[in-house]
Amino acid sequence: MLDTGPSTIARGADFAAIVSKARAAARARSAAVGLVLSIGIFLSFAISVGVGDFPIPFAEVVPAIFGFGSPDARFIVQTLRLPRALTGLLVGGAFGLSGAIFQSLARNPLASPDIIGITAGASAAAVFVIVILGGGGLLISIGSFAGALVTAAAIYLLAYRRGITAYRLVLVGIGVGAVLSSVTSYLLTRAQIWEAQRATVWLTGSLNGRGWEHVHPVGLAMAALFPAVLILARPLKALQLDDDTAKGIGVVVENYRRWLVLAGVALAAVATASAGPVAFVAFVAPPIARRLTRSSLSLLPAALVGALLLLVSDLVARRAFAPTELPVGVITGIVGAPYLLWLLARASKIGRG
Amino acid sequence: MYGSPNILGMAIKLAEPPVRRITAPLERRPKGLFSSPPARTLGLLGSAVVLGCVTLAGVAYGSKQIPFGTVLDAFFNYNPALNDHLIVRSLRVPRNIVGLLVGVALGLSGAVMQGVARNPLADPGILGVSAGAALAVVIAIYVFGVATLLGYVWFAFAGALVASLVVYFLGSLGREGATPVKLALAGAAITAFLGSMTSAILLVDVATLDQYRFWAVGSIAGRTPQVATEVAPFILAGSIMALASGRVLNALSLGDDVARSLGQKVGLARAFSAFAVVLLTGAATAAAGPIGFVGLTVPHIARSITGPDYRWILPYSAVLAPILLLSSDIIGRVVARPGEVQVGIITALVGSPFFVMLVRRRKLAEL
Repeated sequence: MLDTGPSTIARGADFAAIVSKARAAARARSAAVGLVLSIGIFLSFAISVGVGDFPIPFAEVVPAIFGFGSPDARFIVQTLRLPRALTGLLVGGAFGLSGAIFQSLARNPLASPDIIGITAGASAAAVFVIVILGGGGLLISIGSFAGALVTAAAIYLLAYRRGITAYRLVLVGIGVGAVLSSVTSYLLTRAQIWEAQRATVWLTGSLNGRGWEHVHPVGLAMAALFPAVLILARPLKALQLDDDTAKGIGVVVENYRRWLVLAGVALAAVATASAGPVAFVAFVAPPIARRLTRSSLSLLPAALVGALLLLVSDLVARRAFAPTELPVGVITGIVGAPYLLWLLARASKIGRG
Repeated sequence: MYGSPNILGMAIKLAEPPVRRITAPLERRPKGLFSSPPARTLGLLGSAVVLGCVTLAGVAYGSKQIPFGTVLDAFFNYNPALNDHLIVRSLRVPRNIVGLLVGVALGLSGAVMQGVARNPLADPGILGVSAGAALAVVIAIYVFGVATLLGYVWFAFAGALVASLVVYFLGSLGREGATPVKLALAGAAITAFLGSMTSAILLVDVATLDQYRFWAVGSIAGRTPQVATEVAPFILAGSIMALASGRVLNALSLGDDVARSLGQKVGLARAFSAFAVVLLTGAATAAAGPIGFVGLTVPHIARSITGPDYRWILPYSAVLAPILLLSSDIIGRVVARPGEVQVGIITALVGSPFFVMLVRRRKLAEL
């Protein structure tokens, strides 16, 4: 005889209690991780505004940011250090968010705008501007932005065949990206050596000499896209299952995917235009965030990790060999990679790999 | 209670899920262009013939075109006084042999890597091989002042070997050993780490950048016979290991648990295949620089021809990859006479449209 009756119901209630307890724990963990990351971002932001050849005491940093304090401090903070730090913050957040979107949509931890060809398009366009047109600052930014968008459109159209599948999108991205990165290396071999050097700095990704004109575009993009992505991402959990299941649950797969891809591309394009294709941020921020929060989908933490990584790296890049300033892309790999490796080695339980 | 055991048996049979539900995903897997073994064998032989023709054409064509008769003469009635004979023997033949070796190595290692990592994005470079080789070459130029192709070979190979060993070690820390995801992430992390060091040196020293940028494109121009003989043993050994691992990769492609239940020693199998990849990619990168595209895409092309059986994907990749590489090399020499465009650039330009078309036209056999 089957065991029906009060005991089964009680057991069901137990399960419900366990599940809701686990959910509450996961929420608490996410919140704690978010808080710690935010504090880290605030501290590194304040330090990078304060530290430099003309050090500004911590107590004067915050007033100077809002336009108070001594004129010297105000000038240095407002025109030199604040725009740079803001660019780093926003670009890092944009890369982290964009990487998280692509990795979730493609269901592949190796997918990121670097790998599926979008930054390859931005890079090829920027190197074209540097080497062939001999252009500088603004022209490079516009070129790389256009390059990223055109490349993304090409990848999307080439991968579109009665809808988009993640697998086809990724493979087409590889193909298109390969063409563009070989164009980049071809241009580099044809360039004069000083142009090649300028291009290499840009390709590494740098925050040197970033002013308000770099902050505005990426700031606008983040202000518009960040909330949009968080809202759009609600069904993303279902999209991480396979397409059929997602459809079965009732997600309008194609629509959400289209808008999310669009947002991810725009974020990557704007960020690349502002700071160059900073190595590794878009790729590494999502897995770090996922391991910190222990949840499969963590867009907001990924953005925070990206911002923190870029701010800390830029601080190191500025001060490690002062007065020489390295491009930040050199440091992101050196800072971010060991941390990811440490997390990998530590997560030794099955299913967390 | 329900009468004879027979009926009970029938009841159990009815209660079992219909068999079709289990095999359906397998049946839905596309079989590839050639589904029967004879057709596959013929296709492979045909590709081998094409490869032979491309290799011969590679010896005859170039910035200076040499008639086939003279090419044959250079082999059988060699006359060192004739310019054409000299070109064939000392320039074109070594170059095409290096191209052939590198092509085979890249195709095979790409196929093995995708099987080991179960990831369509896993190119052989993902184990850190290319990044290690690149950093070693940059160090060779910057610290030791090495300036010859032959000098790069051993540095590149050593760098590739060390980097991939580190990746494998780090990827297998933890209780469950080297899982595909951990390997891929560890590889990407090390790649980024080494890439940062490489660009740091390149940014500091312009002279190093000036030499490095030509190595980094990937080329088989100016390779001497010595380059071929130095890397050949590694590529040969790696190829044998790779071709022998088809059955193992088939089992691994079902997932670790299924492979284990089929009697595979999963950790050992993965380490064996990964070692083959390191030998092949390390040697290929040492000989020709980093040519990423071939190893990434040729296995997908092979898979669309043969279906998901690695015992066929591997030999097809081994034949198709050098066809792509050598024909790209011919194109690179012909389009920009009297100069030439490096093969690493042309493979991507030639291969990509074809690859994208393939991805669009067929429902790809997924990994």
